[in-house]
Amino acid sequence: MYRYDEFDQKAVDERVVQFSGQVARRLSGELTEDEFKPLRLMNGLYLQLHAYMLRVAIPYGTLSSKQLRMLAHIARKYDKDYAHFTTRQNLQYNWPRLADVPAILADLATVEMHAIQTSGNCIRNVTSDHFAGASADEVDDPRIWSEIIRQWSTFHPEFSYLPRKFKIAVTAAPKDRAAIKVHDIGIIIRRDAADVLAFDVYVGGGQGRTPLIGHMIGESIAAEDLLAYLEATMRVYNQYGRRDNIYKARIKILVHQIGADEMRRQVAVEFVEVKAQGALALPQVEIDRIAAYFASPAFETLSDENPTTANPAFNVWLENNVAKHKVPGYAIVTVSLKPIGGIPGDASAAQMDVVAGLAEKCSFDEVRVSHEQNLVLAHVRQRDLLTVWQQLAAAGLGTANYGLITDIIACPGLDYCDLANARSINIAQAISTRFANQDRQREIGELKLKISGCINACGHHHVGHIGILGVDKKGVEFYQITLGGSGDETASVGEILGPAFGEADVPDAIETLIDVYFAKRSPGERFLDTYRRVGIQPFREKLYAAH
Amino acid sequence: MPLIKNAAFTENQFVHVADDETLPQGNVIVSLKRWQTERADLITRNAPIGVRLNSDQSAEALAGDVHHFALIEIDFPKFRDGRGYSSARILRQRLAYTGEIRAVGDVLRDQWLFMKRCGVDSFEVRPGTRLEDFRSALTEQTVFYQRSSDHHRSVFERRHTACQALAAE
Ligand code: SF4
Repeated sequence: MYRYDEFDQKAVDERVVQFSGQVARRLSGELTEDEFKPLRLMNGLYLQLHAYMLRVAIPYGTLSSKQLRMLAHIARKYDKDYAHFTTRQNLQYNWPRLADVPAILADLATVEMHAIQTSGNCIRNVTSDHFAGASADEVDDPRIWSEIIRQWSTFHPEFSYLPRKFKIAVTAAPKDRAAIKVHDIGIIIRRDAADVLAFDVYVGGGQGRTPLIGHMIGESIAAEDLLAYLEATMRVYNQYGRRDNIYKARIKILVHQIGADEMRRQVAVEFVEVKAQGALALPQVEIDRIAAYFASPAFETLSDENPTTANPAFNVWLENNVAKHKVPGYAIVTVSLKPIGGIPGDASAAQMDVVAGLAEKCSFDEVRVSHEQNLVLAHVRQRDLLTVWQQLAAAGLGTANYGLITDIIACPGLDYCDLANARSINIAQAISTRFANQDRQREIGELKLKISGCINACGHHHVGHIGILGVDKKGVEFYQITLGGSGDETASVGEILGPAFGEADVPDAIETLIDVYFAKRSPGERFLDTYRRVGIQPFREKLYAAH
Repeated sequence: MPLIKNAAFTENQFVHVADDETLPQGNVIVSLKRWQTERADLITRNAPIGVRLNSDQSAEALAGDVHHFALIEIDFPKFRDGRGYSSARILRQRLAYTGEIRAVGDVLRDQWLFMKRCGVDSFEVRPGTRLEDFRSALTEQTVFYQRSSDHHRSVFERRHTACQALAAE
């Protein structure tokens, strides 16, 4: 994985000193909260319902064991012994004290981490495929390009006061595990007929109040021009994105209003200008330097084996949570952060230490955070799978539900979030408990259920096969259900079923939807496939007839 | 408002003239609109002239004209309104403007460095601003990952200075 050089380290160290000064000015009263706000937001520090919340950047979701141990240490020392992994592949501390934040950032800097640009109207942490470097279907390691984008976008002088936050996601596989089409910019890396890398740039996707799928604006952009193309896109957005209404300020609204063709034309004009300046062309030596950090680890020459044992619980986990690796004899392990009835994405300091230890011993010292709020050990020898599972299970991390109905994405919702209309965690817990039965979950098969506590859609409900949105009706929490969303290469936005349900009725409503799916499905169909074939009507009829 | 240029407080040598005011003698700053309607007269004056860009006015509107100006003011009506950063870069890099670019409006300490990097060289600041704050704000960060208008080499380039020198030989 990438390691800081002297420049990267200095950038982060200087930031710690700078932000410590800003915090001191705030604590002394020299800065008002209003003046401090944009500064703390440049450093991932939010003021939530009950406390400050610090969001730590995990670039493209890749961590070393040492970094994960530091995250655990901070949870122990400065927070309540746990932290929350988010759909942005980041980590959030829910209870830090403002006065401690400089010390936390200083601790993070010792392991090449920071909270820079995890909030504010700037280019946020770049996200990518959590199976990068391990999956056989990728044409290159997308983290090379994510890292290049990370560096270019860090402290960008022109794009730090954009109309709104800006999210970039990168994938290099035909199977899109990074949901790139629902990002402000999504990049698909391909190889062209001559086996040369080509970058397709999708612009204007997003969730929130107005969910939209991105349009391909740049086709087959050359590697050395990638940053120039991004800079051109950002400049068009910075100048012409709306600033009069925060709900219409994302780039998707600009693209929607002027149309994809006009956006393409404007970016193309700007691209010519930016390229003429020349300064953004990436030197090949630099691409090579960064790529070298993502070279494959020293895999042993092994052959595939059948790791199943006499232990049925292990076998189920193997089937659900272990994916095929590109190298024979290895496997990709998803560590579920979705225990039955638990809080999606939360991990205790002790659990983080366990995963860090396993990564160090069994996965070339690397951990991934997925946007589905799980952790991934990307390079585990098949012969180590049993040991890995035993240790995970002992730490409460052995839940065999990856991709199943209890592998729920949920935002923090009204339990923490200042903007929430309703709680999300309670709904996740209720559904997870209702569908706890392992056989039943497997019978249902792949089902992405996603919950957001308000229309900002941090829980990605628009792209859930089943999406749940918390709404507030005269002070009472209600939940609106959508069907048929998807965040993968067949991206689609879910359709609203009908009137919202009260908190207590949600699990029953989900049961009803599952019943309809069972009644209608053809062999081999996932929930989403059946929905796409039969449409929303049968679900709607049954659901609202029953209620 | 105090004005900082070249890391020192300096007197503002220009006066703003409203669109319906008659032009006084000496250095004036006019709106973009006035520049566009009275361009023929304005270029015959023999005092330095400045123009003001509001945040919703693109610097592109001055294409071909920048050599007429001694000063271009960019307004930041709210610090969150970052359009002016693009304006400054377009002026410096695309339009090759070499005169003064002044940031006016809601120009706060923590924006100075970004503004300077984009090509701003004078700053209207809040009363009470100390020069030492200004200096430290510009030097707190020294690592620049991207080229901008200030001609700092990017980290991408600095890493390979040796290689480039070799390639140039
Ligand atoms: S979706 Fe709404 S409630 Fe949930 S974390 Fe985002 S802003 Fe908060």
